[in-house]
Amino acid sequence: MTLLGSHIAFVEALRGAGLPVSLAEGLDAVTALGAVGWHDRDTVRAAYAATLVKREAQRPTFDTLFDLYFPRLVGEGDRATSDPAHGEGDPAARVRDNAAALTALRERLVEALTAGEEQAMRDLAVDAVARFGSMPGRGPGLSSWSAYTALQRVSPAELTEQIVRGLLATGLPEEQARREAGRRVGAWTALVEEDSRRRIAEEKGVEHVARTTVRPTLDRLDFLSMRRTDLEEMRRQIYPLARRLATRLTQEHHAHRRGALDFRRTVRASMSTGGVPMATHHKPKRPHRTELVVLCDVSGSVANFAQFTLLLVFALRDQFQKVRAFTFVDHVHEVTHHFRPGADVADVMAELAASTAQAALWGRTNYGRAFTKFAELHPDALGPRSSLLILGDARSNYSDLSLPALRDLAGAARHAWWLNPEHRRHWDTGDSAATAYGGVVPMVECRNLTQLSEFVHDIL
Amino acid sequence: MTWFSSPADAETRLEAAGYLADAATATTAYLAGVLGKPLLIEGPAGVGKTELAKAVARSTDAELVRLQCYEGLDEARALYEWNYKKQLLRIQASAGDTAWEETHDGIFTEEFLLSRPLLTAIRREEPTVLLVDEVDKTDVEVEGLLLEVLSDFQVTIPELGTVAAVRRPFVVLTSNATRELSEAVKRRCLFLHLDYPDADRERDIVLSQVPDLERKVADQLVATVARLRELELKKAPSIAESIDWARTLIALEIGDLDEAAVAGTLGVVLKHASDHDRAVRELRLARAR
Repeated sequence: MTLLGSHIAFVEALRGAGLPVSLAEGLDAVTALGAVGWHDRDTVRAAYAATLVKREAQRPTFDTLFDLYFPRLVGEGDRATSDPAHGEGDPAARVRDNAAALTALRERLVEALTAGEEQAMRDLAVDAVARFGSMPGRGPGLSSWSAYTALQRVSPAELTEQIVRGLLATGLPEEQARREAGRRVGAWTALVEEDSRRRIAEEKGVEHVARTTVRPTLDRLDFLSMRRTDLEEMRRQIYPLARRLATRLTQEHHAHRRGALDFRRTVRASMSTGGVPMATHHKPKRPHRTELVVLCDVSGSVANFAQFTLLLVFALRDQFQKVRAFTFVDHVHEVTHHFRPGADVADVMAELAASTAQAALWGRTNYGRAFTKFAELHPDALGPRSSLLILGDARSNYSDLSLPALRDLAGAARHAWWLNPEHRRHWDTGDSAATAYGGVVPMVECRNLTQLSEFVHDIL
Repeated sequence: MTWFSSPADAETRLEAAGYLADAATATTAYLAGVLGKPLLIEGPAGVGKTELAKAVARSTDAELVRLQCYEGLDEARALYEWNYKKQLLRIQASAGDTAWEETHDGIFTEEFLLSRPLLTAIRREEPTVLLVDEVDKTDVEVEGLLLEVLSDFQVTIPELGTVAAVRRPFVVLTSNATRELSEAVKRRCLFLHLDYPDADRERDIVLSQVPDLERKVADQLVATVARLRELELKKAPSIAESIDWARTLIALEIGDLDEAAVAGTLGVVLKHASDHDRAVRELRLARAR
């Protein structure tokens, strides 16, 4: 591929991954690269990042794509002189994967990780994928490299103890050494994954890999398909997000500060202009604050979604008169008291998780029972000034839906909404009663942070 | 003029001005100078966003013109304003003597123009660094005002005509990302996200700002701060807080940052009660007091 070709393909891939790269920005990038030159990969990366990425949340996507389109090395790099690049059907290549090689590699890995040498770690990652990650002889269309296989063989997690011992010898305290070792093993795992992506891209074409393996940015990631690391990252995003929302709301409220016409003041002011109303006067608008009642399903996979929404709602508590929260699986449990002002996010999450047990009697989601119990146990929760927000996937294990109970709840509240974390196309599949419930309470699809913040903004 | 001759040159000159930049920061600063585009810096509070603009000014012997943004900032405070009191005096002083046309032309001249930061920066003939600080605090309308200035480096004053920049200033915009800036502004800028530095760089920064600090204590301090940043805190300590902490240790003459010292001075780096509690628990410190 020519240089211009790679540039255009790279920009195309960024657009495909959801980064809004305009033509002007593409031209800027070319000018910038003309200024810094192509001799250093990190400088090229910095130049591209400065001109094309305009939001920090897009940076991980950018980095993944950059590594794919501008790989650090091709094939085996400069060590390819003695080994054939691809080992399919080549006996000499397969011999390289043996017990002795594995032990040698693991020893070198412990050394490199203990010393924390980045270059050595990178080289070992390339080596590990080349030796242990190849799956020669697979049919066409299947990739012959696998980070999974390589990591299974090398199993870096088992080396953690040795690394910890090595770090302790350098005089680090125990706890810190353990954390550092874990971090380095994690970093190396990421390097192995990056290298196998690079090899697969060489084999099957960059566009294919870019389409299939690049994950969406955090604010577009589905709640239901999150990994543990994503969850931690999301929790860090809650407060900045709440702050952004609050800023936006305050500014919008200021913009519409003018309320209804104040007739008396307008007429009185018109006296000075001989009875002609030259200027109108308005009543100040009273900020309208609702009481919010949140009722959320905390069973299984929707639990993450419920926790985020609860955290966001409570982070925005100044915008509401009062917030009450209830969780349910097949029984209702109030969790409002966990959200003290200024409380620590991690603590709240732990308490919430612990209290899940109290929301479940049998542990199978039963929306019908939850609604009946809620109406029975907390009749005072809903009033004419309160809004009801229900969170859940409406999957009720084919049990009784108790539509009348929900209709009463929705009738008692001023507004009612239902947030469903599933994609709209999955509604009504299997035991989902989305349409039945959606007929009583308006149901909104809410799959990611962007949709969630839009919704919260709209109801305020 | 060229601001920096190469990324490496940017790095050395910023370092000489007391700002330790990493490779990406230096490259982006160099590009902002070469391409003549504004540089938008985002990042948490206290990582040296404003300081970078000051360092660029120091290292290139340019003058810094600063526009501090706040809610309610308007054209009259950002761009220019007619000095109407002086105009009124002028009209009264020459009442009756001159024809209306003459007065009319006379009071809309340079003499009666009050230049605000944006116009000042554009009209200066010497090298200038224009710092638009905390641009996310302004209203959306001000962004529209910035567009003309940032893309063409010119200002249109109806009575005087268009004032184009004699010499393009080096423009730095900083933002804490409390609000998304409009795509139009972002498109015109180079983007740089400044984050917390790695341990070695942070130690160098602390030592360069607080030269009296012992190297051993600096290592301990940087390690503790890195540990604090891993916790889920409402406000993670930034470089500014590390430096404050170092100064505190000097003032208290603490030569070894052991657990008691950390517990006693934690208030310098953590500003929320719940963060404080969490840190005490996670670092297993004996509770102070």
